[in-house]
Amino acid sequence: MLMIKKAKITETIRTMVMDANYFLDPSVTRSFHDYQKKERSQLARNVLQAIIDNETLARTEHIPLCQDTGIAVVFVEVGNLLHFDYALEEAIQEGVRQGYHDGFLRKSIVKHPLRRENTQDNTPAVIHVKLTMGDELKIHFAPKGGGSENMSRLLMLSPSAGEEGIREFVAKAVVEAGGRPCPPIIVGLGIGGNFEKAALLAKEAIFRPIDDHASDPDDARLEQELLDMINALHVGPMALGGDTTCLAVKVNSHPCHIASLPVAINIQCHAARKSHATLKGESQ
Amino acid sequence: MIHITTPMDEGTRLSLRTGDEVLISGTIYTGRDAAHKRMVHSIEHQEPFPFPLKDQIIYYVGPTPARPGQPIGSCGPTSSYRMDPYSIQLMPKGLKIMIGKGDRGEAFKQALIQEKAVYLIAIGGIGALLSKRVTQAKLISYPDLLSEAVYELTVEDFPAIVAYDSIGGDIFQRKD
Repeated sequence: MLMIKKAKITETIRTMVMDANYFLDPSVTRSFHDYQKKERSQLARNVLQAIIDNETLARTEHIPLCQDTGIAVVFVEVGNLLHFDYALEEAIQEGVRQGYHDGFLRKSIVKHPLRRENTQDNTPAVIHVKLTMGDELKIHFAPKGGGSENMSRLLMLSPSAGEEGIREFVAKAVVEAGGRPCPPIIVGLGIGGNFEKAALLAKEAIFRPIDDHASDPDDARLEQELLDMINALHVGPMALGGDTTCLAVKVNSHPCHIASLPVAINIQCHAARKSHATLKGESQ
Repeated sequence: MIHITTPMDEGTRLSLRTGDEVLISGTIYTGRDAAHKRMVHSIEHQEPFPFPLKDQIIYYVGPTPARPGQPIGSCGPTSSYRMDPYSIQLMPKGLKIMIGKGDRGEAFKQALIQEKAVYLIAIGGIGALLSKRVTQAKLISYPDLLSEAVYELTVEDFPAIVAYDSIGGDIFQRKD
């Protein structure tokens, strides 16, 4: 029987939580530099420089990149050969609890959406579990800030709306969001599925590496066209104008109903914080 | 670059123009969603505010906890639009200077002009950098709100940009 110790999962999550909040993936920082070189607005270049300087400071002094250390979002892929004699979600929540405490991170979760009493430990995390094949547990973590999350949208388009409908939906969402999601943004677009699947697709999309491309040719084409379209809106960093509104668009598509064209946009701010880990089951 | 020392008198406030880049030194007060709700409740129940509003600055922020030896954790701005309904009620009571992030609604903008107030923005997502401009943070109200509590911050050259000035200027409206 292959197992992973509960404490190992908790400890891994604890580390991932802190790492994500201090260390931005170098590919994201590279993107800031690349766009800064092409940016024509001086003010926009200055804002990008502040974002770059912030990343250096966070990394060297272990100050959280952003004060909104977010709601904890965890994707877990569980290999079918793994056996658990404990509740996996409990192990994850404890890791989140420890990471947010030990890492001097903000506790930003309220217990009930109306009563709004702070849970004081940033739990519960939102956890998505998928069963896969094999002996590994793959974990993906993101501290998802409220500002960008609040600007995310979902629409059940009619299939006749087609690509034009998707373009209009994305343009409207980005323009209405303005500076609130802290542009330059990364856009995750879920197309297809059903009501809840489209949202999940969009969230999975923002977990993709910033410099990858969709394998489906229409999705990849849409990614580039939407990126160009969004940047042509000239919202700019912090909505102060400029060429750099969006760093990347990620399209994740899925089969859907003959009567539906669900589309969901999950907006990621420039503090695109992610961490990943793979644990292997061991014989007990 | 305009250097401003708090408290910010009416003359200085009315002279600010959309797009002005300022560096603020002195005292600013923090407050966001939950604190604003309580402050408006104070109006309705004729209770005192956590701090005297006249000529003072409120900054919409919920910082991360400070490490031992640091005055404050990461402290960038939160989106201001959520405070609109509260700000509209606080401006007539004396609150005229607000710092946050992003654009705000029409009702707020109208009230701002009427009240001759100003709204500034700080760059969002650079909380580590901004934490270096804070030399002291003192908890003064609503401790149960944790990072949403009201703090009195001592700042040195805290950078902000005038987004909405007192005469209707709007940094987010551009003719391009």
